[in-house]
Amino acid sequence: MELNEVFEKVRGLFVEDLGIDESKVTMEAKLEEDLEIDSLGIVEVVMAFEDEFEIEIDDDELANVSTVGQAVQLLHSKI
Amino acid sequence: MKTALVTGGSRGIGKAVSTVLGKNYHVVVGYVTSEDKAAEVVSEIKESGGSASSIEVNISSKESVDKAFATIEKSYGSVDILINNAGITKDNILPRMKEEEWINVIQTNLTGSFYTSQRAIKQMMKNKWGRIIFISSIVGMSGNQGQANYAASKAGLIGLAKSISKELGSRNITSNVIAPGYIETDMTSFLDDENKENIIEQLSIKRIGKPEDISNVVAFLCNDESEYITGQVIPVDGGLTT
Repeated sequence: MELNEVFEKVRGLFVEDLGIDESKVTMEAKLEEDLEIDSLGIVEVVMAFEDEFEIEIDDDELANVSTVGQAVQLLHSKI
Repeated sequence: MKTALVTGGSRGIGKAVSTVLGKNYHVVVGYVTSEDKAAEVVSEIKESGGSASSIEVNISSKESVDKAFATIEKSYGSVDILINNAGITKDNILPRMKEEEWINVIQTNLTGSFYTSQRAIKQMMKNKWGRIIFISSIVGMSGNQGQANYAASKAGLIGLAKSISKELGSRNITSNVIAPGYIETDMTSFLDDENKENIIEQLSIKRIGKPEDISNVVAFLCNDESEYITGQVIPVDGGLTT
């Protein structure tokens, strides 16, 4: 899957599952500061990713993810 | 229609809970060995116009819990209401208690409720609505001779329930504990008349509790009307612990 396609899917999950304004979801957007996702929200997103992409993401791998772009990169590397 | 899973739902308090919830929700009666009794409860609920089914779920096994949830989700979408009721006793005074007696009771009563709750919240978080109710016991607060394992497991449920309430309150998931006192069930059938008289003397309400005394409170905590109550322990014990 292309990086761009992963981004589209990620944006879809943010918009549908968390009700975030689509225009705010850019590669540079910071999860907590810009998108106002709390720690539980990040867990929800991860769980949604895991279901959608049929992968498992370790807590360690998440430690370095603070932007949408980093999340997309991580998912891209796992699919 | 919302779906409620009652672990250990075929007997005692669990049966009363299944029966009352079957009036307003689709209730799934969980059982381990009492398949026939679970089927009877399902028939009774259906005969009185309610909605019910049964499922085998051994909460001490994560695999069994996952399997049961997958089956329920396939048929009914999600478990919206989880009643962690299943529990066992293996009474013995501490000097004589075997490691196995300790481990088995903790594994079923406490770890089992961890398995079911962790699995249930997956869908509840998505739905942004959920009710988790733990059937603990007053001995979880007071301790009891010969029940160090059982009391510890029931006290553990309180910590689990309160933590869930804090973690997931923002998603409209409430988590509460009911602490029954002496209730007339198979678990208290060993009490003879003299024991019962002694117990009743300590109560404000002069009778042993009925399973319905518990199930009515469970039903209230499942309602939207009770959505502001979370992380609480509600003793239903005829005044024993006042």
